[in-house]
Formats: sequence, structure tokens, C-alpha cells
Amino acid sequence: MTTTTADRQGQTAGASTGGGAPTTRGRRRSRHHWRRRRKEYALFLLMISPNLLIIGTFDYWPVIYNAWLSLTRWNMLSGAPRYVGLQNYENLFSSSSFHGILLNTLTFSAAIVIGSVILGLAVALLFDQKLRGRGIVRTAAFAPHIVSGAAVATLWLFIFDPAYGLTRVVLDPFGVASPRWVNDADWAMIALIIAYLWKGLGFVAIVYLAGLQNLPEELYEAAKLDGAGTWTTFRRITLPLLSPVTFFVLVTSIIGTFQAYDMIAVLTGGGPGDATTTLSWYVYQQGFRASDAGTAAAAAMLLFVILLLVTGLQTRFVQRKVHYT
Amino acid sequence: MTAARLRRVLLYAGLVAVGLLFIGPMYWLFSSALKESGDIYQFPPRWLPGWHFENFADAWRAAPFGDFFVNSLIVTAGGATIKLVNATLTAYAFVFLRFPYKNVIFLVMLGALMVPNNVTLIVNYITVSNLGWINTYLGLIVPSAGSVFGMFLLRQYMLTLPGDVVEAARVDGAGHLRIMWQVVLPMCKPMLVTVGIIAVVDMWNDFIWPLIVTNTVEMRTLPIGLLYLRSNEGYANWGAIMAGTVMVALPMLILFLLAQRQITRGLTGGAVKG
Repeated sequence: MTTTTADRQGQTAGASTGGGAPTTRGRRRSRHHWRRRRKEYALFLLMISPNLLIIGTFDYWPVIYNAWLSLTRWNMLSGAPRYVGLQNYENLFSSSSFHGILLNTLTFSAAIVIGSVILGLAVALLFDQKLRGRGIVRTAAFAPHIVSGAAVATLWLFIFDPAYGLTRVVLDPFGVASPRWVNDADWAMIALIIAYLWKGLGFVAIVYLAGLQNLPEELYEAAKLDGAGTWTTFRRITLPLLSPVTFFVLVTSIIGTFQAYDMIAVLTGGGPGDATTTLSWYVYQQGFRASDAGTAAAAAMLLFVILLLVTGLQTRFVQRKVHYT
Repeated sequence: MTAARLRRVLLYAGLVAVGLLFIGPMYWLFSSALKESGDIYQFPPRWLPGWHFENFADAWRAAPFGDFFVNSLIVTAGGATIKLVNATLTAYAFVFLRFPYKNVIFLVMLGALMVPNNVTLIVNYITVSNLGWINTYLGLIVPSAGSVFGMFLLRQYMLTLPGDVVEAARVDGAGHLRIMWQVVLPMCKPMLVTVGIIAVVDMWNDFIWPLIVTNTVEMRTLPIGLLYLRSNEGYANWGAIMAGTVMVALPMLILFLLAQRQITRGLTGGAVKG
């Protein structure tokens, strides 16, 4: 009895891999087959279980428990979480400093997205030209992407030093004094954006470059025959065809900025005041500095929902858009 | 003709500008680290500092960089190895073994990519503390040792392998472990290298998790150690701080120069052939 149902299940699974012989050649053969298949199932479980266990414990369980924590009040040190309903969310939405933090997050994210798309595409177009030395520049541009954010941020902290930094060296010939960058509430966000863009720009450019090199040659020849100028070709052919890449850049930039810790930690620590405190930094601050697990969890849930919406949007958009080939 | 030449000049000017934008700060980093102690406070700066290593000695004295290096090496080697093994075993199972609804299980695992680190931070801290792993290598490594993106890349790669080679080995009576080890993995070598290197870079650069899961200076990894050095030195000794930054950045820069193709392919892979 169990054999037959399991067998059918096995067959559906087998069909999807395209492997496996038909199992309808007599009882003995099918029993032998079933034994082999059971061994295969066991091996499958054995092979995926370490990974599954880690992902379940450290990726999925947190989502569930974090959702519960967001409905509680708890200092993370002693006692147990106490249920308070939606109070944490209400507190967040009614606090004006939290509105400022949301605005910071939006500013940071939008600046990085727009900067990455425009500058990344511009640099990619440059890299797409047959210029001597472009290989070295390409390597140099990509390198910051794989260096630790803490290291990049520390380097920029020195660059931004008003007295001894590189910005003074650059600005001095123009008779302009360097701003106080990270110590000035008006400049700190700009400093963070510059450093963050610098770290990621090469990556975006390489992604765009790969997109450019994948574009069909024929279209450009046809456009040339039609007498289309460079700008028209770029606007009417290159940009639309690159839209899936642009969307990828958009989504990865948003996801990246929403999870940014290291550069904020080193450059500004969220300051001065709250000037560079984003949603992600706020989660860390509330959880590990203020020991307020409930508020931190609520802010994290908010962030999670926003990211889910963004990712969902990408899946829909890309599915619709990518079929031109 | 002149228009074409002008265009060319402008393009080269653009390339030089981009080159300066990226090489400039990097040169600033290395030249500052190699300056003599007092030279860093000169304006205008000295552009060719020579080879002085006092800053490195200063950094090493101000913070236990030896410990940081050992910790980073252990965490990176351990974490990346487990990640790679996990990615390999899971990908092989999903491609070559039968199991009811395995594609559903695959999608469920893939869904973990959507969980941002912010959501896992607090709960993982609680979990690790319940396991008694705070301030230990286990606590540093295990929560990051699962592999989703690497598993995905490897699975896609294994799906493109010629099926008849594996089939032939199976007909010869080879078991799955032998097929995996002797037939499939050798064919997957380029992708294994890519997945392995990305895992190394991820583990080495990881910041927020090592920051919260360790609480003594001796257990810090390099990126956190750099933060410690800076707060210890104040904003005063930029030379030593730049030397510390070089120690954090240089290993990954070298790795990048050695394996540029694998790294770019792995990191940009999701973009074009989505």
C-alpha cells in the first residue's frame, strides 16, 4: 500500500529530472527499484539537510520570531518579552524623529539609485569604447566593490579630513575651504553618499557593460541605415533595451542601501545627531545600543515589507520586460 | 575628421578622469600608509613617500592586529569552506537525485535570499546566545555558513552539464558520491572557484554580525578591529589608521587581481542572464 503511493510520488519527482526507468515491470523489479529509490531519497535528505538546517535556523526562523518580537516589549537582557500589541508600530509612526529616519533612508537610497544608474551607465558607455588603457581603469573601478566597507569608509574618513585630507588638496587650488563633512549635519549625508557611490560604481558599470555588449548588433546597423544620430540611437535603442539591467541595478541598489551598516558605522555612526541614521542603522541602534528589542524588531519588519514590495515589483517587471529576445 | 578626433580626445579625457577618480583614493591610501610618521601632516602633501613601515608598527602596537588576522583567517577559511560544501552538496542533490517535490524545496531555500540581514540580526543574536556561542568562532561562522546564492549558481551550472556523461557513470555502477566527486565536480571547476571566492570575500568583509557577536578585542575580526583602532587612536594618527586600512583591504585586493574574471562573472552573473 505505502509502496504504491510513494512510488507514484517518486515518479512525479523522477519525471521532473527526466531520469529513472519505468517501474511497471513486475513486483520483484519494482521492489528492488523502490529500495534503490528509498536510498536515493535518504541521500538527498542527507545532502541538503546541513544547508537546510542553517538556512531554516538563521534565515527563516528569525522572520517568524522577529514578527512576534515586534509585538512585544523586551530589553533583551532579562525577563521575557511582554506582549503589547501594535504599540511599537504606533510609537514609531507617531515619532517625529522616526519620520526623519525614514526620510534619511529615502534620501540615501534615492541618491544611490539615481547616482548609480546615471554614472554607472556613463562609465559603462566609456568602457564600451575601444580606448587604450580601459582595462586598467575598469579593474581600478571595480576593485573598491570587493574591499571591506569598513576599510573603504575609513579611507574616505581620511579623504574627508578638512585639514589633511584629499578633499583639501583638491579644493585648495580653487580657494575653497573643505567642509567639515562627517562632522557637519548638513554635509554628513552627502559624504556618506559620495563614499558609498564610489565603492559601488565600478560594479554597476561592469553590469551595464555586460548589458551593452549583449545588445544585438543588427539593430544598430539598421538605425545607422535609417540615418539615426548617436543621441537618437541611444534614447530609442540602447536605453529601452537596457531596461532590464537598469531595473536590476535599481533593485540591488535599494536592497544594498537598506542593509548598509559598515560604511555608516565607520563614517558617521548615524550622526551627527540623527543626520545619517537610516532604517537599518536604527534597527542596530535600538536593538544593541538601546536594548529595545520590540522597537528594533518593528523597524526591521517595516524594512522587510518595503524590500519585499521592491523585489516583488522587480520580478513582475522583469518577467514582462525581458522577453524581447 | 576633426570631429572624430575631438570625440576621441574627449573620450580619453573621460577615461583619465574616471581613472583618477578610482586610482586617486587608492593611491592616497597606500601612499599615506607608507609615509613617515610626521609627513602625513604636511600640506601640500608629499606624493612619493618612499617605503616606511613605521605606521604599520604603530597600528600593530595600538591594536592586536595579530589576533584580528588570526580571527579573520579562521572565520574566512572555516566559513567559506562550509559554505562551499553546502552549496555543492545541495546543488548536486537538487540536480541529480530524485525526491518528491524537490523543486518546491529548492524554491523555499531560494526564498531565503529575500530575507534581509536587518530582520535576522536580533533573533540570531538571541539564538546564538542560547547556544552559548557568543564571542566564539562557532558563533562567528555558523550563522553565515549556509549557502543560497552559491547553491543557485552551482545548480544552474550543473543543469548545463552533458547528461550522458553522468548517465554513463551510473550505468557503470558508480554511486552518487563517486559520480559527484569524480565526474560532476571536475566539470564544475570554474563555477566552484567563483562560488568559493565570493564566499571568501563575503566572510572576510562581513561587518555587522562579527560586530554584535563578539565582545572582546581579542575575538574581533579585521574590519571590526579597524573600527577599534580608529576609536583608540582618535582622529589623530592617520598614518597608523591608513596602515590598518591597508591590512584589511590588501588581501582582498590581491585576491581580486588574481581572480578578477571569476569574481566579476560571479557577482554580475545574476544581472544579464537572469
